[in-house]
Amino acid sequence: MKDFIIPWDDRDMGTPAKSGKPVHLTVDGIAVTVPAGTSVMRAAAEAGVTVPKLCATDSLDAFGSCRLCVVEIEGRRGTPASCTTPVHEGMVVHTQSPKVKKIRKGVMELYVSDHPLDCLTCAANGDCELQDMAGMVGLRDVRYTPGDNHFDPSGSGARSQSEARLRMPEGEANPRYTPKDESNPYFTYDPGKCIVCSRCVRACEEVQGTFALTIEGRGFESRVSAGAAGDDFLSSDCVSCGACVQACPTATLQEKSVAELGTPDRELVTTCAYCGVGCSFKAELNGDELVRMTPWKHGKANRGHSCVKGRFAYGYTEHPDRILNPMIRERIEDPWREVSWEEALSFAADRLKAIQEKHGRKSVGVITSSRCTNEETYLVQKLTRAVFMNNNTDTCARVCHSPTGYGLGQTYGTSAGTQDFDSVEQVDVAVVIGANPTDGHPVFASRLKKRLRQGAKLIVIDPRRIDLVKSAHIAAAHHLPLTPGTNVAVVTALAHVIVTEKLYDEAFIRARCDWDEFMAYAEFVSEKRHAPESTALLTGVNAQELRAAARLYAQGGNGAIYYGLGVTEHSQGSTTVMGLANLAMMTGNIGREGVGVNPLRGQNNVQGSCDMGSFPHELPGYRHVKLPEVRKVFEDAWGVPIDPEPGLRIPNMLDAAVDGTFRGLYCQGEDILQSDPDTKHVAAGLAAMDCVIVHDLFLNETANYAHVFLPGSSFLEKNGTFTNAERRINRVRKVMAPKNGYEDWEVTQLLANAMGAGWAYTHPEQIMAEIAATTPSFAGVTYDLLEEKGSVQWPCNEEHPEGTPLMHVDGFVRGKGRFIVTEYVATDEKTGPRFPLLLTTGRILSQYNVGAQTRRTANSVWHEQDLLEIHPHDAENRGLKEGDWVKLASRSGETTLRAKITDRVSPGVVYTTFHHPDTQANVVTTDFSDWATNCPEYKVTAVQVAPSNGPSDWQEDYAAQAERARRILPAAE
Amino acid sequence: MSPEKMVMMANQIATFFATQPGETGAEDVAAHINDFWEPRMRAQYLDYVAQGGEGLHPLAAAAAAHIHAPSEKA
Repeated sequence: MKDFIIPWDDRDMGTPAKSGKPVHLTVDGIAVTVPAGTSVMRAAAEAGVTVPKLCATDSLDAFGSCRLCVVEIEGRRGTPASCTTPVHEGMVVHTQSPKVKKIRKGVMELYVSDHPLDCLTCAANGDCELQDMAGMVGLRDVRYTPGDNHFDPSGSGARSQSEARLRMPEGEANPRYTPKDESNPYFTYDPGKCIVCSRCVRACEEVQGTFALTIEGRGFESRVSAGAAGDDFLSSDCVSCGACVQACPTATLQEKSVAELGTPDRELVTTCAYCGVGCSFKAELNGDELVRMTPWKHGKANRGHSCVKGRFAYGYTEHPDRILNPMIRERIEDPWREVSWEEALSFAADRLKAIQEKHGRKSVGVITSSRCTNEETYLVQKLTRAVFMNNNTDTCARVCHSPTGYGLGQTYGTSAGTQDFDSVEQVDVAVVIGANPTDGHPVFASRLKKRLRQGAKLIVIDPRRIDLVKSAHIAAAHHLPLTPGTNVAVVTALAHVIVTEKLYDEAFIRARCDWDEFMAYAEFVSEKRHAPESTALLTGVNAQELRAAARLYAQGGNGAIYYGLGVTEHSQGSTTVMGLANLAMMTGNIGREGVGVNPLRGQNNVQGSCDMGSFPHELPGYRHVKLPEVRKVFEDAWGVPIDPEPGLRIPNMLDAAVDGTFRGLYCQGEDILQSDPDTKHVAAGLAAMDCVIVHDLFLNETANYAHVFLPGSSFLEKNGTFTNAERRINRVRKVMAPKNGYEDWEVTQLLANAMGAGWAYTHPEQIMAEIAATTPSFAGVTYDLLEEKGSVQWPCNEEHPEGTPLMHVDGFVRGKGRFIVTEYVATDEKTGPRFPLLLTTGRILSQYNVGAQTRRTANSVWHEQDLLEIHPHDAENRGLKEGDWVKLASRSGETTLRAKITDRVSPGVVYTTFHHPDTQANVVTTDFSDWATNCPEYKVTAVQVAPSNGPSDWQEDYAAQAERARRILPAAE
Repeated sequence: MSPEKMVMMANQIATFFATQPGETGAEDVAAHINDFWEPRMRAQYLDYVAQGGEGLHPLAAAAAAHIHAPSEKA
């Protein structure tokens, strides 16, 4: 398939699109019709006429400061700025009258008088709007002699910075000159090139919502400032999302990669491989060298925005740690031996076959990856089902959103977020529970914050005071800081208030749900023991605050629930998901824009990996393996019988390994040793196996226990699709050849064929065709459709040929929505005298998951190590100071890390991240799990914290073992 | 799998279904286990119940009658 040529209009239309009634006007004699509210500038662009501009760009509201876009309008006096002037019916616009041309030339001349003439050696050469506009208005001379300016360090009247350096090789004599700020690892700020158009400041406010940047000074003294006086771009509140760099029309804010590698000359649209938002990016290249990633304005998940990870943290794909050759070893104590693909694959296949011969066909299995494509995941589960002949497949979603699958499946009939991200623009009350979007899902957070600034209300239910609770220009109406592990009690108490105060939507419930079931649920939640006053002692949540939150959600207009792993990763994760589904049903907040129940997915393709049949009990499309009619579809397609029994889940695989009945594992793109709970148990399980095959970019922690290492390809090196949290199937496009020689789906195919499968796929498109042929919700999905539409949301089939942005519009997938009783059951993980604190875990913006990718980028300047957040009271009781080494111990194990003292956590609660393998927070987490799905209880561990001198014995042993396990012998000649 | 862990998992499932209205608790627990527990886990469970089922929630013990015995050993 040919490279994807962008068919969409990528021009900057100057001001945002509007959606009013049609208005007719003419621009330079060209008739055009645009929605009311549209600017004259945008109307001109729609007519194909470009009005010169500098301070306007279509991602930002018009500002009207540069005066370059002036036009003449018949019947109107003066020369209005076209960016701030709305169209009206019958308007006649002239964009090129002698008068406006003269004004523009004068404006440009003034701009250029305070701008260095270093164009040929400037990093933005060829990609500079100032340069373009000087050309467009026909500026041929600058009459002003060099005077006061911001660009000439020598103060000697030099026209360019190179000339200034020649005149004064050392030192500076111009007090107005400020040197370049190089503090951010990814971009520079060069005040000497700034035209003070405020696009960066406005992008920081309107698009990102951080409000870090500002203009300091007035008039000629005006300069962009990264924050408070003395702040640079690293020390300020800047989150390095790149919105300012994207908005900057000059080289003032410039990617370092462009400065180093030159302006890119070709681009392909692809999908970010970090979180579940699934942002669309343009990969911009010279040849096969990636120069930068920029957010694609037509990307329907991100609408032109990005975060520090997707925008900048792609350097891991080129990191020297990447393993590019297959490796094997007899025993995990041996050093690795680099071998040919053929030798590695036959070694792996022989071992797997020998294991199955001796221990039965169910003694081996696979783990699919939520970081790989749908097509790759589909093949891995097909490998176990059709080649290994069992259902031992599981995926990392086991440890994150498996309760979403169960909970939403039981209540609504399918495991999927109900909305698209655009829906947030219609939200009146957002409930964010167990999620920290500004760190975990930053682009969604920016879209939510934008809506909050427009007046929507916010309820945060989280043990920590996350940034959304209060940050620039937003504040939660209610923050319910619950004790970790009491989600069900809080959700049920919210239902209690809604039912007992009769705030429910009877008409909706009668029409869409089973009324008798609701009555049973209503009776249950109405019991006094579920009242917020009764549960306050248990949950730690103020009863009045909870009542107010319930009233707001039920009565505040469109109510939307957004949740994350703080909901799912509990003993009662599935119950909480059902409780949230109940809340949405009883308030009628489902089935239209601005409402719904929205799981924020952790990894890029969690949704897709679940859709693709990664779970051991269900085939692609969430259909249980026990159903003969479903098995028949795949038996016919694959020509083999399918095992009707569910297979092993990840924790079950490890248990069975320790028992000796599970001995071989193919693990693609997942690091279970670091990401799964109770590290010691995981290590024991892996160590007990005869053949562990790790397929990854790096020698990850799991590979320390592997016998075969198959090098993987990065998201830039393969074709396929990712499905984001809004069920949106986005294309992943091969930007460069795989450095390891094969795309990951090819590697799986090679392994399958080494086992005798005889697969013959030549492009992922064919795999998608097989998915569409076997899976009803994907029936209409083809690569051609994705080329045409850009992306599509499943279900996509005959009924919904263009996909389905909103679920459950006219009825639930299962028919009637089902209310399920949600009794709170305290977790067995309880604090006591030995372990008096509760540990909860999470993420930080700059790092991603186990850190395998982001630790290998400059993102580590923001987060070099995992820290333990502890409340000042708890720290004082233990004699801890900021930055002290502390020992963190639970009944499972102990580790050490440094303390960060903060009142973001409540007394009695401590918090850390799991991004660094030398900290190994999961040594401490336990093997307790969700009752329905075995999703581990990461969010609640009883711990003790004490001062420490340095790494624990376990950490030192682990580091030594890891070093031994990573030895590689050079390839034999 | 250690018996303690298995008992805990079964009891967690039983605890949930015990809170649900209706009289089908044992069948519901069994259906959940049939749907999600791999045959060797179910075999271990049935063995455990046959040996007395110490520590099991009453509903979890009652569910055993409805749990499908795996047709083959792993």
